[in-house]
Amino acid sequence: MGYPHPPHPKETVVLSKYFGDAEARTFDGWVKRGGYEALKKALGMTPDAIIEELKASGLRGRGGAGFPTGLKWSFMPKNDGKPHYLVCNADESEPGTFKDREIMRWTPHQLIEGCAIGAYAIGAETCYIYIRGEFTEPWKVMTAAVAEAYAKGALGGNVFGSGKRIDIVLHRGAGAYICGEETAMMNSIEGKRGNPRIKPPFPAQAGLFGMPTTINNVETLSSTSHILTRGAAWYKGLCLSNPKSTGTKLFSVCGHVMRPGNYELTMGFPMKDLIHDLAGGMRPGRRLKAVIPGGSSVPIMTAAEAEAALCDYEGIVEKGSMLGSAGFIVMDDSTDMVYEIWRLAKFYAHESCAQCTQCREGTAWTTKILERILRGQGKKEDLDLLLDLSDQMTGRTICVLSDSCAAPIVSGIKKFPEEFEAYLSRAKAPALAAV
Amino acid sequence: MTGSTHAHADAPHEPVFVGKVREQLDALFPKYPTKQACLLPALWMVQEARGWISPAAMAEVADVLGLTPAYVRGVATFYTMYHLHPVGRHFIQVCGTSPCHLCGSDDVLKAILKATGCGELGATSADGRFTVVEVECLGACGFATPILIDDDFHDSVTPERVAGILARYP
Repeated sequence: MGYPHPPHPKETVVLSKYFGDAEARTFDGWVKRGGYEALKKALGMTPDAIIEELKASGLRGRGGAGFPTGLKWSFMPKNDGKPHYLVCNADESEPGTFKDREIMRWTPHQLIEGCAIGAYAIGAETCYIYIRGEFTEPWKVMTAAVAEAYAKGALGGNVFGSGKRIDIVLHRGAGAYICGEETAMMNSIEGKRGNPRIKPPFPAQAGLFGMPTTINNVETLSSTSHILTRGAAWYKGLCLSNPKSTGTKLFSVCGHVMRPGNYELTMGFPMKDLIHDLAGGMRPGRRLKAVIPGGSSVPIMTAAEAEAALCDYEGIVEKGSMLGSAGFIVMDDSTDMVYEIWRLAKFYAHESCAQCTQCREGTAWTTKILERILRGQGKKEDLDLLLDLSDQMTGRTICVLSDSCAAPIVSGIKKFPEEFEAYLSRAKAPALAAV
Repeated sequence: MTGSTHAHADAPHEPVFVGKVREQLDALFPKYPTKQACLLPALWMVQEARGWISPAAMAEVADVLGLTPAYVRGVATFYTMYHLHPVGRHFIQVCGTSPCHLCGSDDVLKAILKATGCGELGATSADGRFTVVEVECLGACGFATPILIDDDFHDSVTPERVAGILARYP
């Protein structure tokens, strides 16, 4: 499951138009489909004009934070005489999210073109694409595509005869979720442990190798060529609800649905239709119980909240969670919420870089307490203890990994208290063997 | 880890960064403003050449990049994909994070542990053929359950498909 599918009539295919089309992977195939026109156009524009176009489009970061892309690019200093760097975050590691993988697998030149546009706009000659170590297939496809782009003059010392130099370097990660955090990623590229850095300084002031740096997600950069080709007004017009959320977005849907996969939708699309129509709904006889919409690092939504939500940055906040990277983990009524929350806590405990005490200890202890509850050895005060720990894990650390662990725990206890009670009162048999 | 590969672990260190591998590393240097930035790629090259990264290999990497062996070890231990012990001929990573767990990854893992004869996580089978680990999110949640065997990605793996897939890895 999850393979590229013929577009559903309710999808708006821009980024995913050529998913599944093997010819689109090649340079010539991409050019035949209109590729690299946007880069040529960009090279004839001033960097400021490109940034203004992006600001006008309303494009916001697709990696999770939703920061306006044009504004981010405008933070880069001008005429400072220093090398600038663009980093493309292809470390896609957020549980539930698998969209960047498909962009790289099927449309590598879409990403390369976006990176080249971004590099030119922020005054960078080098773009590092940080691809997670486990993405062996995207790595191979990207390696071949970058080599082809050099051979065809789309990269190198004189991009399409413009006299501009743009180099792309692929950098392979080696297994660390935290390297998806932008400052951890910079450390990792520099040959260090992937520990996040304290901000300020922000990357635009002192980022990779201490130089002004912009970091963007794969999907964000891939969107830029379409905005330049078709115009900011077109992109801004792709909006079904709140005007602060524009364009199309790839929504990854996984878990208990009949048709998991990536669905490209106009911002503001009803979540109910995404889950029950496009993704095929629940298995026969099953009902929706919960959704974690932003990848795993956001509060859990109940079925009622999810079915009433609109899929954009504001719409999901309104219903008690966050859009994040838009990886929807869908759970039906067979799901043991306590067990799944424990499994997520275990993930964060494993992935904590252990730099901050609240995170290193907090993720480990919440995992142990949840484990105790699942073993039928929970204590009455454990829920308060979990909430207290979660409170101390939120807003107190260098990065938000610890906040991300707390989000599903707090929302889980609040929204599904009866499931915790069933273990604590011993009404439910232990899910894990006692030790 | 099992003891079957200890002889390998104690063998004298043959330098990795000679000939083609050295050329490969030298070609990377101009792509970064510091030599240190080539640390992760250099560790990958060692693992590709030797199957794992020994303390002696870390010392060699340190020497080549102008770092200390302790520093290299500090970085190598941070990243889970670097093998700091010898592993089986084929290294199997099975995703077990929530989305895959919801779709039955536990059963896939059990079937793989049984079929490979590894028995437990992190162990190498007696014939040295397989090592199996459970990993966190492989980034392919819509293709549950994904597994990586060496560099090959297999998606939508079910317990029924395990035997057929493993047969391709002698």
